[in-house]
Amino acid sequence: MENLTTQMAGVPLNHYIYLSAIIFTIGVIGVLTRRNAIVIFMSVELMLNAVNLLLTAFSVHSNDPSGQVFVFFIMALAAAEVAVGLAIIVMVYRNTKSIDINVLNRLKW
Amino acid sequence: MSTQVFYFVATLSIIFSLMVIFAKNPIHSVLYLILTFFTFTVHYVLLNAQFLAVVNFIVYMGAIMVLFLFVLMLLNLNNETEPSKSPLIKIVGVIAGGCLMVTLIGSLKATTISSPLILKNPGLGLVENLGKELFGPFLLPFELSSLLLLAAMVGAVLLSKRDEVEA
Repeated sequence: MENLTTQMAGVPLNHYIYLSAIIFTIGVIGVLTRRNAIVIFMSVELMLNAVNLLLTAFSVHSNDPSGQVFVFFIMALAAAEVAVGLAIIVMVYRNTKSIDINVLNRLKW
Repeated sequence: MSTQVFYFVATLSIIFSLMVIFAKNPIHSVLYLILTFFTFTVHYVLLNAQFLAVVNFIVYMGAIMVLFLFVLMLLNLNNETEPSKSPLIKIVGVIAGGCLMVTLIGSLKATTISSPLILKNPGLGLVENLGKELFGPFLLPFELSSLLLLAAMVGAVLLSKRDEVEA
């Protein structure tokens, strides 16, 4: 374990940023192209995780544990968000018998 | 050798997260999302953030994904009920996302940080170190997050409870 992590020195910080940018973009594309509310929710989770990974990489890079504490808070926030969001989705399904978000465009008026 | 582990796992993360948004069946999406989170756990282990690796494993893959699967099974969703957008909207969405990525990476090119990641303190991500941080400078946010979880719990129960009068 110690051996493995001391060898990790080779990966440049840039490549972590590229990876996070790509995963974040995949999450954005998921939100834009899907209509199933639960899949949209999962795309939001992907975006949150991309940010988590980037925060951890920067925390290791600058040798500051605060970044990892932020990741911990984001995880707690994601758990709360998923609980409330899925409750809302179940509620929407119960009232409209569908989880197509286009059904909800009536909320505009 | 272990830099190659990083690139291998990074490729896997990208492939699995692409499968999440392009899988037709929502159940498959959830399963691919679990695989994506598994690769993220491997990333945390590689960064020696052991506490985050364990929390990611237990909270994300254990709790949140079970919640997703549970709701999907409860609503009984599958290919037939899956709504689909018109191809035009899909193309426009992919182009917009691609523009976002080009902007992000292009702006990254303007900066010149590419120093290799060096773990100066091997105990950085261990429970002892993070616990001292969490119960020292971050004590107030930590307690507030418990309030947030309580509010979320009450809200979820209130929302999903069937209205007695209507039913």
